[in-house]
Amino acid sequence: MFNIILFVSAAIGLLISNQRDKKKTKQALKKAVNSFLNLLPSLLGIIGLIGLMLALVPRELIASFFGNNSPVGIMIISAIGSVTLLPAFVAFPLASSFLEAGASIVAVACFITTLLMVGVITAPLEIEYFGKKFTFWRNLSALVMAVIIGPLIGVIVR
Amino acid sequence: MKEKIKKYYLFMLVVLVDLILWLYWPDKGITAVKSTGDYLLEMLLFIPPIFILIGLLDVWVPREIVEKNVGPDSGVKGVVISILVATAAAGPLYAGFPVAYTLMKKGCRLSNVVIFLGTWATIKVPMLMMEIKFLGLEFAAARLILTLPAIIISGYLVEKLLAGARKADTPEVNKITG
Repeated sequence: MFNIILFVSAAIGLLISNQRDKKKTKQALKKAVNSFLNLLPSLLGIIGLIGLMLALVPRELIASFFGNNSPVGIMIISAIGSVTLLPAFVAFPLASSFLEAGASIVAVACFITTLLMVGVITAPLEIEYFGKKFTFWRNLSALVMAVIIGPLIGVIVR
Repeated sequence: MKEKIKKYYLFMLVVLVDLILWLYWPDKGITAVKSTGDYLLEMLLFIPPIFILIGLLDVWVPREIVEKNVGPDSGVKGVVISILVATAAAGPLYAGFPVAYTLMKKGCRLSNVVIFLGTWATIKVPMLMMEIKFLGLEFAAARLILTLPAIIISGYLVEKLLAGARKADTPEVNKITG
């Protein structure tokens, strides 16, 4: 059902775009292909890792670290999310495999939020644009917000 | 060419481990490859329309709209436009740095720069579709509803914290490569 909606909206978008401007539509398709090809290596790599994790890491191990909403587990997974640099397209399947492997909603929510908002690896670039203080406070406030949002999501979603 | 192959190192390593597993612990190897295959199939089934939508958004929502509308006197309209563009644009957090820098240089309030970056990083239309697909509508909706106020609060928080220090600390970046 969800896939059908996606395919239909992409098709309608393409039709309207093509009616208005053929050249732009071609450009959009080219961009679509290029960004897919750019993503492919990390997509294959991460999805391969997901398979290995599900096969090798015992469910009990992940569940005991990230399944019971212990503060230590949440801190660890937030730290992992903060230092990881992953395209969001790969992050969501990865997060879903964490759930499958026994992690809690709260842990996964903290992972996703820190992954998207806190950028330790990209901090040098951010400093170059906005300065040290801006980068420090923006990332710190994002980290704090993430750790607050995570448990709240856990309350809302079951 | 070499660069291109380098990007696939992780995947090649995974395939190698899969092979070793399959040779020595066949049941584990098969489980690993099967889970990978399931996820891959699921993604390939709906990734094409998402990328087409991203391409269309990218072509039809030009980033220059932001630059034209966020001068010092543009007020709320500029902020709303920049948030809307941020949700439509493609790319990770760091791809938003140059755009946010332009906002700042044009005299946009610092809080709005932070809000723009936060929106850019966390609330994207194509990304939300991925999130709904893999984590469920409930999860995606809860995260969206909680993240928006959090971004706005941290925007004003960062502005307060940097009050006075901003001019001294902000480097004059002339080497933007884009």
